[in-house]
Amino acid sequence: MNLSIDIQEREHHSIIFVQGEVDVYTAEQLKKSLIPLTEETENLVEVNLDGVRYMDSTGLGILIGAWKSAKKHHSHLKLVQLNNRLMRLFKVTGLDQMMDIHPIKQGGNQYENV
Amino acid sequence: MNIKERKKYFYKNLLKQYAQTRDEKVLGHAKKLTKFLIENCAQPEEIVRTHIKALEELYPEFYKEAEPLLNFLLETMVYYGLSIEKYKTLQKKQLEIDNEIALASNVQQSLLATTIPTTSYLDIGVISVPANQMNGDYYHFITGEDDTIGVALADVIGKGIPAALCMSMIRYAMDSFPENIISPPEILRRLNHVVERNVDSNMFISMFYARYSIVNQTLVYSSAGHEPGLYYRAETNTFHSIKTKGLLLGVLPSVEYPQYEQHLNKDDMIILLTDGVTECRKEHQFKKRKELLKVIKRSMHLSAQQIVEKVYCHFEQRFDQQDDFTLIVMRKK
Repeated sequence: MNLSIDIQEREHHSIIFVQGEVDVYTAEQLKKSLIPLTEETENLVEVNLDGVRYMDSTGLGILIGAWKSAKKHHSHLKLVQLNNRLMRLFKVTGLDQMMDIHPIKQGGNQYENV
Repeated sequence: MNIKERKKYFYKNLLKQYAQTRDEKVLGHAKKLTKFLIENCAQPEEIVRTHIKALEELYPEFYKEAEPLLNFLLETMVYYGLSIEKYKTLQKKQLEIDNEIALASNVQQSLLATTIPTTSYLDIGVISVPANQMNGDYYHFITGEDDTIGVALADVIGKGIPAALCMSMIRYAMDSFPENIISPPEILRRLNHVVERNVDSNMFISMFYARYSIVNQTLVYSSAGHEPGLYYRAETNTFHSIKTKGLLLGVLPSVEYPQYEQHLNKDDMIILLTDGVTECRKEHQFKKRKELLKVIKRSMHLSAQQIVEKVYCHFEQRFDQQDDFTLIVMRKK
């Protein structure tokens, strides 16, 4: 149940690398790191989820909250390097239609049959 | 001399015996005695004090020499005593909280109670088991006067007590809709509005809402970002994912939901579930869905209720249940 978060800040562009498991125990840690970045005006907040082995619905709730917060502050939330499991989660919940999400680039079929 | 005092006297005798014999059996008696004293709320410093007093009476010369060091030990033990007291207070508080949650859980169960319809047209089976005390999943059946059976299955994004409280709100919002509001897209559209306005900004709900018409033998349904259910076609003996589009409730203020339709023939089944059935920390969800199909296929000869119970037993034995688990099977008779 470990989560590690690394933030790289550039001008109007923050990249946040999330590694480990995002669940009911670690979601608060993600929230504390991510939400303040989305509260900056006109900031591009890029969340790299390449290292996320598992994310439950609590983590999903935090990402939706971050998306809402970014919208409110005229910033933009971009989620990158989502694996099959995460892509499925966003597809099932209908969030893929409104959020800026990008699956892992390498590999074949990124969207499994649900 | 009360019983505690008598035990202290017994302690002195044990100490004397041990000093003379070094007998292991005496140590065994000493352990039992300590257990008794702890159960009777003796503090660590009290036991040390008993020990010092016994030494004083039994070996006054030794006591005289060691007194300052023994008192030093006594002082350090005082802090252990305080720590134990704190632990006991927390334990008591924890028990109170557990009792309150159990009570809240009972209240929630009666608030969210629903009757599974018994009809000659559908065989319905339901199982809903919370991962902890309070359930963040919710299902509800509505038998309409127009020969329809409505079913709602919802799951709060989030866990525990806040998630469970949220469900009571959904139930009351649904009850407050006018009776002529029966179409799944309209119900989801209205609920989305309620959730978006009234619930915490980090809490969202997925919901599948369906209405079965006995006259048309058709199920109409919509989904708000809910885990896809399954449709079993008896004629071809095949399972199909119920694919839908629709956003979770509470994300945007205004959302439209498409409506889908499925005609049901004899022995066709609709299987609805929450993600607690298929979610797994270690493996891909796909594997658990396959496992679900495997168990259902094996249990086809059973009643809908027996099928859902069979699946739960199978999953409970093999997987660590970390989320609320709800499974509904509806089979056309």
